[in-house]
Order: sequence, then C-alpha cells, then structure tokens
Amino acid sequence: MEVGGQHTPADGSSGPVYYAQEQIRKADERFWEEEVKRNVLVAPVDAIFNWARKSSLWPFTFGLACCAIEMMGSSMARYDFDRLGVFFRSSPRQADVMIVAGTVTRKMAPIVRRLYEQMAEPKYVVAMGACAISGGPFRDSYSVMMGVDRIIPVDVYVAGCPPRPEALIEGFLRLRAKIERDSVVKKRA
Amino acid sequence: MSTRESLSLEPELEPRLKLVEAGSHAEGAPRTMILNMGPQHPSMHGVFRAVVELDGETIVNVRPVVGYLHRGVEKLAEARTWAQVIPYTDRLDYISAMNNNQAYVMAVEKLAGIEVPERAELIRVIMAELNRIQSHLMFVGSFGLDLGAYTPFLYCFREREAIYDLFEMACGARLTTSYLRIGGVARDLPEGFLPKLKELLKAMPDHIQEYNNVLTGNEIFQARTKGVGYLSRETALAYSITGPMLRAAGVNYDVRKADPYSLYSRFDFEVPLGQNSDSFDRYYLRILEMQQSVRIVEQAVKALEELGPGPIQAKVSRLLKPPAGEAYAHIESPKGDLGCYVVSDGGTKPYRFRWRPPSFINLQALPEMVRGWKIADFIAIFAGVDIVLGEVDR
Repeated sequence: MEVGGQHTPADGSSGPVYYAQEQIRKADERFWEEEVKRNVLVAPVDAIFNWARKSSLWPFTFGLACCAIEMMGSSMARYDFDRLGVFFRSSPRQADVMIVAGTVTRKMAPIVRRLYEQMAEPKYVVAMGACAISGGPFRDSYSVMMGVDRIIPVDVYVAGCPPRPEALIEGFLRLRAKIERDSVVKKRA
Repeated sequence: MSTRESLSLEPELEPRLKLVEAGSHAEGAPRTMILNMGPQHPSMHGVFRAVVELDGETIVNVRPVVGYLHRGVEKLAEARTWAQVIPYTDRLDYISAMNNNQAYVMAVEKLAGIEVPERAELIRVIMAELNRIQSHLMFVGSFGLDLGAYTPFLYCFREREAIYDLFEMACGARLTTSYLRIGGVARDLPEGFLPKLKELLKAMPDHIQEYNNVLTGNEIFQARTKGVGYLSRETALAYSITGPMLRAAGVNYDVRKADPYSLYSRFDFEVPLGQNSDSFDRYYLRILEMQQSVRIVEQAVKALEELGPGPIQAKVSRLLKPPAGEAYAHIESPKGDLGCYVVSDGGTKPYRFRWRPPSFINLQALPEMVRGWKIADFIAIFAGVDIVLGEVDR
C-alpha cells in the first residue's frame, strides 16, 4: 500500500516512524562510508612507520662547540627547522636524533657515548661539522677524538666548519630519505 | 676508544657522595647533597659542568669542572705557521671571532713590527664592534632563554642574521670568519656593504628598544635578576675579573679606554658602568654597550668614507719570520680583557702561543657569587657571566 509516497514493507510494519528510522540508517551508512574513505588509510606497515618517524625527528639539544651556534641558528626564524618537524628536546629520553655539533674531546667522549645509549630506539646520529666527522682542524691534537664515529654509529655527515644552516637542513633531508628506506617488518628467513 | 673502562664516567664524585651518606652532617653540621649539572644540561652554555653542593635549596658551594672542550689550541699553534694560527683563534671564542683574530694579529704585528694601513684598521674596528654587538645579542638572547623567556632569543637571532649577512659579504663565512690578516684584512669591503651596514645601524636603536620592552622592563625578569649574585668590587678585582662583569661592579676599566689600541682613541664613546653589581646590571650593561658599539661603527663608517680607497694590507712576506722575541697584545673582547702572548724563535712557527681567556678568568668567581643563593638563582647568576666554553677550555 502506498500512502502519500511512503513505503510500506511487506511485514506490516509501517508508518512515518519506520520511514524516519530507515532514512537515518541509510544516512548513517553513507556517512560511515564517506568517513572510511576519508580517514582509513591502507598502506604497508613500513610506509606508515617510516612516514611517522621521518616527519617528526626530534633532535637532542647537545651543543659541543662552534657548530652549536649554527644549530641554534637553524631553528630560529630565518631557517625555521620546525617546518620539517624538527623540534629540539633537552633530554635524551625524548629525542630521536643526536646532532653531534662540535669537537668531541677525549674527556667528553664517555659522556657522548652514555647520552647516545640513553636515547630510545629508533635513534639516529648526525655528525655536524669537520670536528665531529674527523677531528677537523684539531685532528692532530692530543685531546681530540678523530671523529665521533669512533664511539657511536653515524647516519649522516654534514660537512663544513661550521656547516651553514642550509647544510644542516640538507643533512636532515638526507636522514629522512634514509629513514624511508628503512624496514620495521622483519624478513622471515 | 680502545678499552671499555675508558668509557666509564669519572669516579671523582663517588668519594664525596659516600662522605655525605656516611653522615658528615651528624654533629649538627648542615645536611648537604650534591647536584651535578652538566656537561649536558639545557641551561649550561656548552659543555660546562657544575657540581653544586646544596643544603635544601640553598647553595653551599659549587665546583666548576672545565675541560670538556679542551682542544689543545696552544699546543697546536706551535705546529702551524704564523698565518695558519688565525683560523684557530676563530674557534676559541666562537661567538666573537673577529675580536679573537684581532688580538692575535695585533700581537704578531707588534712582534714583527708591521704597520697596518689606516683603512684596514678602520675595517677592523667596524668588524670588531659588529662582532661585539653580535656577541652581546647572543648573551641577551640566551640570558632570557635561561630565565624562561623565549621571544628575546628569536629577536636577537634576527639581528644576528643581519650581521651574519654583512660578515658573509666581507669574507664568505658566517661564524668563523678568519677575516683579519697579519698586517691588514683579507679583502676590501665589497660593494653594497656600507649601505647595508648603515641600514642595520639605523634600525638598531629600535631593535634595542624592543629588547628593553620585552625583557628589561619585564617584572618577572627583574624580580629574578635584580640584587641576585652580588659580587663586591674588591672580590672582582682580586679575581682579576674583566669586561662587563667588572664594569657592573662599578670599576671603570675598558681596554679600549685604558690602553687604547687600533684607532679607538679617535672615537667618541662612553663606557657604561653599573652600580649594584648584580645579574641585572651585568645584563643591562651589555644592552648599553651595544648602543655604544653602534656609535663607534657609525663614526668608523664616516671616517672610512672620508678616507676613500686605499691599501688594506701591509707588505708582509708570505712566509713570515718575526725576529726572535716576545710580544703581548690585549684587546677588549665582548667577554673582557682578551690577551695574546706570542714568542718567536725567529722561525716560521710560533714558539709559544698563549691566550688570556677572559671568560675562563671570569668564571673563577662563580662560587663567590652563587654561595647562599637558591638553586634557581644559580642559572640567573651563571648566565650573567657569559662564558663561551671554546675559550674557557681552549
């Protein structure tokens, strides 16, 4: 039976209340379909993890020498490191990246190593400047480590003495590219 | 690093800790605890370490531990030619590279008897004063940062970048400039340098007013710094403290006036003095000094324009061999009285290269200043010393 364009089902249930409920149910379905299309992302686990990791690299505020000034400069208004999700933290527990900015001396080396060990996985190291790479101009000094890679593994080397903020940003872009190639899924033998 | 035990932290704290635990405070002595700050600490400037002994929140004593950035520059210089030492001086007090260059080249010029052309001297004065402004900007910014004010740091870096641009025009480097040479400067000022410099000088008073608005006039800032960290005039002199810290104690000593070098006797400027010798005075003096530096640069630019083009480098042999002897030159660096002592044995390399680092000597008075203050004041007092670890440890 059709009354005023209303649909009456065969089981006898009818009336405007049923109609309204039906409409709401349909709208609900459409709504959730839309929401799922908009919000649910199906992607490989690696892509998701790597995207999350590379997009908010929090470095550790750890200035050793001259390079630290340029490191601060990169996070200031002109170079604006924050736009890459790079946000300095003062505790190794909260940091993802350690920027070794400056000369690592023999006295400082154990502390650098300990701070690196205090960082949570996954962790990365950027060796900033000639001193952190190889000892730089102080290479032949009796008190200077010939590069920080003698005590901790380094992911990206940024050349310069000190490197310009642009160079440090380039270093971070390289680190992002490196993280993209990473895999969190263990390959079965 | 060859062995594993060489990576363990120094055991020096342990005996003291054991003493405290064993009850050295049993006989009514104050119960103290040890707080280690640094070498990695957000408000330690660089890799400085302070071992603070506390009674509750009150500081009983503090022991500064330095040497985490000891790079052995003085020894390295003995294996470099006279000209090759200049880049190493940049990396001592890396916030004021030009001033460091100046102290060293002045000492070598004195030793070798080299006359510097007037134009080069004027350029040196401009660069040194710009670097003084830059160093003080760094101080103002980080002082605010240590006391919890982030905005001044951003403002200060804006002006620092403007000065970086000028340095870059002149010598290609931003931070470690190595611009001064024995007998002159590396190259003449490029086209467009002076107009850009004048622009900055014109805008500088407004910028300084901005810092005053956001920091100097701030009630919280004043409450945290005024009257904090008093250092008497006598103690300051006894510790041979120099620079803004000494002038905050009311002692009128500025090397530019007391022992004029370069062309400073020609310029009209004042030496601002403090009265209270507290953290606030040390901060505010640097703001006033920036204004004086702007005045000096303005006069130097005028003199440079009147002088016109000319030589910027004296005739110096490529392989300089100063006669055997010794020379000492000192300048007023942003941190204080910066001295350089060089000894020559008549060869192509310095026989001895000695640096008088003002911030290292200023740091010695830290225990005197912080005793009796609360741990929170430690930062306000320590930041007022304005140390650069590259210079402290050398």
